[in-house]
Amino acid sequence: MTSSARSTPYWILHYGLLALYVAFALFPLYWLLKVSVTPNNLLYSEGIRLWPSRSSLAHYTFVLAHSDFPLFFKNSLIVSGSTAATVTLIAALSGYAMSRFDFRGKMWLVGLMLITQMFPLVMLVAPIFKLFSPLGLTNSLTGLVIVYTAFNVPFATFLMQSFFDGIPKDLEEAAMIDGASRFRAFRQIILPLTLPGIAATLGFVFTAAWSELLFALMLVSKADASTFPVGLLSFVSKFSVDFGQMMAAGILALIPACLFFLLIQRYLVRGLTAGAVKG
Amino acid sequence: MASIDIQGVGKSYGAVPVLHEVDLSIQDGEFVVLVGPSGCGKSTLLRMIAGLEGITRGDIRIAGRVVNELAPKDRDIAMVFQSYALYPHMTVRDNMSYSLKLRGTPSERMAQVVNAAAAKLGLESFLDRKPRTLSGGQRQRVAMGRSIVRKPKAFLFDEPLSNLDARLREQMRVEIKKLHRELGTTSIYVTHDQVEAMTLADRIVAMNAGAVQQVGTPLDLYERPTNLFVASFIGSPAINVLDGTLHGDGERRFVALGSGETMPVSDRIQGRDGQAVRVGVRPEDVQVSTRGEGDHTGQIELVEPMGLGTILHIRTVSSALKAFVLERAHYQIGTDVAFSLPAPKLHIFDAQTGQRLPDQAVSP
Repeated sequence: MTSSARSTPYWILHYGLLALYVAFALFPLYWLLKVSVTPNNLLYSEGIRLWPSRSSLAHYTFVLAHSDFPLFFKNSLIVSGSTAATVTLIAALSGYAMSRFDFRGKMWLVGLMLITQMFPLVMLVAPIFKLFSPLGLTNSLTGLVIVYTAFNVPFATFLMQSFFDGIPKDLEEAAMIDGASRFRAFRQIILPLTLPGIAATLGFVFTAAWSELLFALMLVSKADASTFPVGLLSFVSKFSVDFGQMMAAGILALIPACLFFLLIQRYLVRGLTAGAVKG
Repeated sequence: MASIDIQGVGKSYGAVPVLHEVDLSIQDGEFVVLVGPSGCGKSTLLRMIAGLEGITRGDIRIAGRVVNELAPKDRDIAMVFQSYALYPHMTVRDNMSYSLKLRGTPSERMAQVVNAAAAKLGLESFLDRKPRTLSGGQRQRVAMGRSIVRKPKAFLFDEPLSNLDARLREQMRVEIKKLHRELGTTSIYVTHDQVEAMTLADRIVAMNAGAVQQVGTPLDLYERPTNLFVASFIGSPAINVLDGTLHGDGERRFVALGSGETMPVSDRIQGRDGQAVRVGVRPEDVQVSTRGEGDHTGQIELVEPMGLGTILHIRTVSSALKAFVLERAHYQIGTDVAFSLPAPKLHIFDAQTGQRLPDQAVSP
């Protein structure tokens, strides 16, 4: 049955269900936006409404001008960006090796990498703190980058490996016969074709690091090295929670992640290998 | 251009041997086809010559120089892959000039060479397109163009035509042959298609189960196959094989078939009386008659008209065989026919070893 042959009720149901799902998934985000523009005096007085009777950007102004948030943002950007770049670089190389080479101990290496993914991270907080504090890596962005990199490399390696597996070996062999060294073939032929994979890995690691709270909370106690998830907690005080400012900060925190995905999305959707071999 | 010498080359994966002692000497400018069923080791041998697979034993020399440890890029050979292996993110022009770029060729010279190659292959109007916009035949041409832009010591072809349809395959086969005549570059061509092997090769190397079975000109292999494997692999429609026993009663030598029928064989065949043999006879050597002129009889079971001629499937008392006839006579299924198997055209193989029985003139 072709799609044009399907009846109107089918399409109504099709899009109806999709719309329902999208509404369900996005509602919390909508609520985030709604609360962030609701003035404090209306927050509790108006009851449950879909949109406040009067909206204002006061929370945003306050967060940007009078809180430490710009600093937290900068820290988060540095940590997430460096982590994403480092992890992707390492994972591209190790994923390529996993995909193309047979070497002694490969099974063990894969096994060990899998094991690292099996532990709840909370088990490792204490030993890592003990290791990092004499090295001066607590209260430092570098420390966070190291921890995030270590935890993301195994998964990213598997991710990259699957992308390399999808690229025919013939391509780099052709390049090597054309006169390229293996590394040059990797760089000039294979890497450009793996851009979607690299984008996916960058995106995955960036968001993972961006929203990480546990280690950011445990390893950093000073505001000048705090990342934004830790910063969000500062709106929870002993006596009250400043929902408006917290949500405004949350909305602002979405912006870099959105921009980042906007930047890489064209690689995510592009099927670059089409036409490489018989298709 | 260069000669290629392969001496005692073998390959094992761990304890599993995939290629046994291969000895092969390829002359400068020769077109050699490695042919055999899948898994016979022909592609492995080609990849070893290219440097894409390691060599377990023996030596490979290109232009007299041992290349065993040399990286593919330093062997100065070009290769056309079955999958074409075009770089999908590069235009046809960039695909073709990549090897020149790596060698630091000046760009004017590069443009000149690429344009000349494109003209030769009819690719001028595609130079700025990406491979994915091309048809299978055009991609195949680009892959060839990529090989001919630099003048390599040898061309290696790894089943380059097997992804094309029959018509295009025929056309490209001719183009490859013409190109070879024009450039005269030493070429090694791997295929499982015996028609490609027969039509393209100066010499064919027939391989099976990791070992070379026979090396010779196409007609050598066709007319004097050294064993049963080569006999049955080369030729389409395939050779008929009948089981029998070799007998000699004084002057006359003959083979007795299971059914009790006998057929005379050349008295030059060297074999023991009572030796179990297998007799090969090419379909076109079976002489069929509808008028009862022949030593054996059978019934037509199936008729395959091919245009050029007709393949008749004949069922006899004990066996079935195929005959290829050129005349357009209207053969009917179920017709009784007589046929004879001319002694000089029979290939006699030992039933155990599958080796051809020697047939030197009998010494007085």
